[in-house]
Amino acid sequence: MGEEEPVNRFSLTFPSLAPNVSFARSTVAAFASQLDQFTLEDIEDIRIAVSEVVSNVVIHAYPKGAGPVRVEASLYHDRVEVVVADNGCGIADVEKAKEPAFTTLPGERMGLGLTFVQAYMDRVEITSRPGEGTRVFMVKRPGSGVSKGQLPEG
Amino acid sequence: MNLSLETIEDVLLVRMRGELDLETAAKFRVLVEEALDHRPGLKHLILDVSGLSFIDSSGLGAILGRYRQFAERGGRVFVVGVQPGVGRLLELSGLFRVVEVAATAEEALARVQGEVGSVDG
Ligand SMILES: Nc1ncnc2c1ncn2[C@@H]1O[C@H](COP(=O)(O)OP(=O)(O)OP(=O)(O)O)[C@@H](O)[C@H]1O
Ligand SMILES: [Mg+2]
Repeated sequence: MGEEEPVNRFSLTFPSLAPNVSFARSTVAAFASQLDQFTLEDIEDIRIAVSEVVSNVVIHAYPKGAGPVRVEASLYHDRVEVVVADNGCGIADVEKAKEPAFTTLPGERMGLGLTFVQAYMDRVEITSRPGEGTRVFMVKRPGSGVSKGQLPEG
Repeated sequence: MNLSLETIEDVLLVRMRGELDLETAAKFRVLVEEALDHRPGLKHLILDVSGLSFIDSSGLGAILGRYRQFAERGGRVFVVGVQPGVGRLLELSGLFRVVEVAATAEEALARVQGEVGSVDG
């Protein structure tokens, strides 16, 4: 990152309401499609990752109601970078949260969202402070959407 | 998301069209629960996902939740008409290891009604 200027970028903020999950994934997917090199699989991977991360804000970040979700995307010649951030409750243990099948809401939740994000994006960085919020930074490069059949080990 | 429910004896057939995510998974759960309230004799579930264009972990969780509900009643749960995009997530999530898979709703229905575990060739 650093000095390199993006070709295009956007940033938007909306409340953490369930209907905005599909709004967010469609918006980021349409934006990323501006980079011709992305295959349909790449765009599908981005769609899933954004859906997961924004769903997490709706489900987990604001236990007492809705709060703001910020989505930023920057398009470069060789990648798209996406940030999804909230000012919610934060994650106590990020390494644990990234493990397959880890969820703080067992029952209907499988604890797979962040596992899919790691499987489908090329780079994922999660920073979180309990009581302050969570920021997920993701990078997708063209040609990496090869419909991976396996989860990362561990 | 468009959901249509049909009951054939003790089988609930749900046809899904569109995207199964956080918002629509909640609708799916409520509709199936209403069907079970109205017809307590329902035992098996067939999910026709051939019209499903998108699924994420919330959608997978909702399918797993319905699987548990019907398995508890001693019923069988089928997913039919799986398209590749949706299929890779069903695969990754491990759902294919618990639900039964059939090509069409008709095939699943025949298997349930004939109580045949699987069909050959
Ligand atoms: N934005 C967030 N704010 C607070 N907690 C979060 C946030 N994102 C994730 N988490 C925590 O990380 C855990 C793991 O997230 P992950 O998406 O992998 O699973 P899940 O959301 O619990 O289940 P699934 O995604 O399968 O529906 C969550 O259970 C939650 O405790
Ligand atoms: Mg999740």
